[in-house]
Amino acid sequence: MTIDFVNFTPGAALLGGGLIGLAAALLYALNGRIMGASGIAGGALAGIFNSSEREGLGWRLAFMGGVLIGPVIFALVTGNLPEQEFIAQDSRLILAGLIVGLGTGLGSGCTSGHGICGLARFSPRSLAAVVIFMASGFIATFIFNHVVGL
Amino acid sequence: MQKISGFLCGVVFGLGLAISGMLNPGKVSAFLDLAGAWDPSLAFVMGGGLAVNLFAFRLLQKRQAPLLAGQFFMPKASDIDRNLIIGALLFGVGWALAGLCPGPAIASLIYGSGDGVLFFVCMMAGLQLSRYFKKS
Repeated sequence: MTIDFVNFTPGAALLGGGLIGLAAALLYALNGRIMGASGIAGGALAGIFNSSEREGLGWRLAFMGGVLIGPVIFALVTGNLPEQEFIAQDSRLILAGLIVGLGTGLGSGCTSGHGICGLARFSPRSLAAVVIFMASGFIATFIFNHVVGL
Repeated sequence: MQKISGFLCGVVFGLGLAISGMLNPGKVSAFLDLAGAWDPSLAFVMGGGLAVNLFAFRLLQKRQAPLLAGQFFMPKASDIDRNLIIGALLFGVGWALAGLCPGPAIASLIYGSGDGVLFFVCMMAGLQLSRYFKKS
């Protein structure tokens, strides 16, 4: 392992992370909801397809709309949207999307829901989820990058 | 009102994602690539978020209800079941494949790229699919 000091951005990471934490705290304090991106997106989708699950559809869609605007503010201040380099295309990207959706749906959460919110609540379920998806992410990346050579 | 607060929280979340570099799959992948040129930034993003949220949650524990709604909506499940374990395992694999998780996937739509839309659509399909598996 070598540490990539060129691309390591501790200041921006802490500041951005702090804002993410603030967003989560505000959503909980104001709306009483856990800020889990997969839960909010999945809940919105369910609300669109099933009339019986329409409760909360409004704030969920509003939240997702807000997430789009955040980077716009970044672009207005700095002049550009943040740098973005995709590592997957075509069939790999499609598969990844399906698996991320399936996995976060089954697991009832993702990095924001389990990671930022669940851990802050000392939830045993979230701790288990975070440990497992982190380990899975590390091991899968090792296999894709250094064993299979994808 | 909850739509307005929901929107504002989304904006703050999206801005945090943008500033932290988490909209860049390459940067996320560099965190997951322990054997390569390792970029620890994501750990600092989590750390920053947790620090703020830990503090906030402790303050909010004392309240009976949030400010704009009648109750706190807490997750109902309490045990570490098969769905959680398998779901987390799968999520890690998908995350490794594309370097994208749900929050950044939503935010990435603003770039207007075909890849961003493709991932988002597939993620939503996966989320919908998970509901069938969860029932059984």
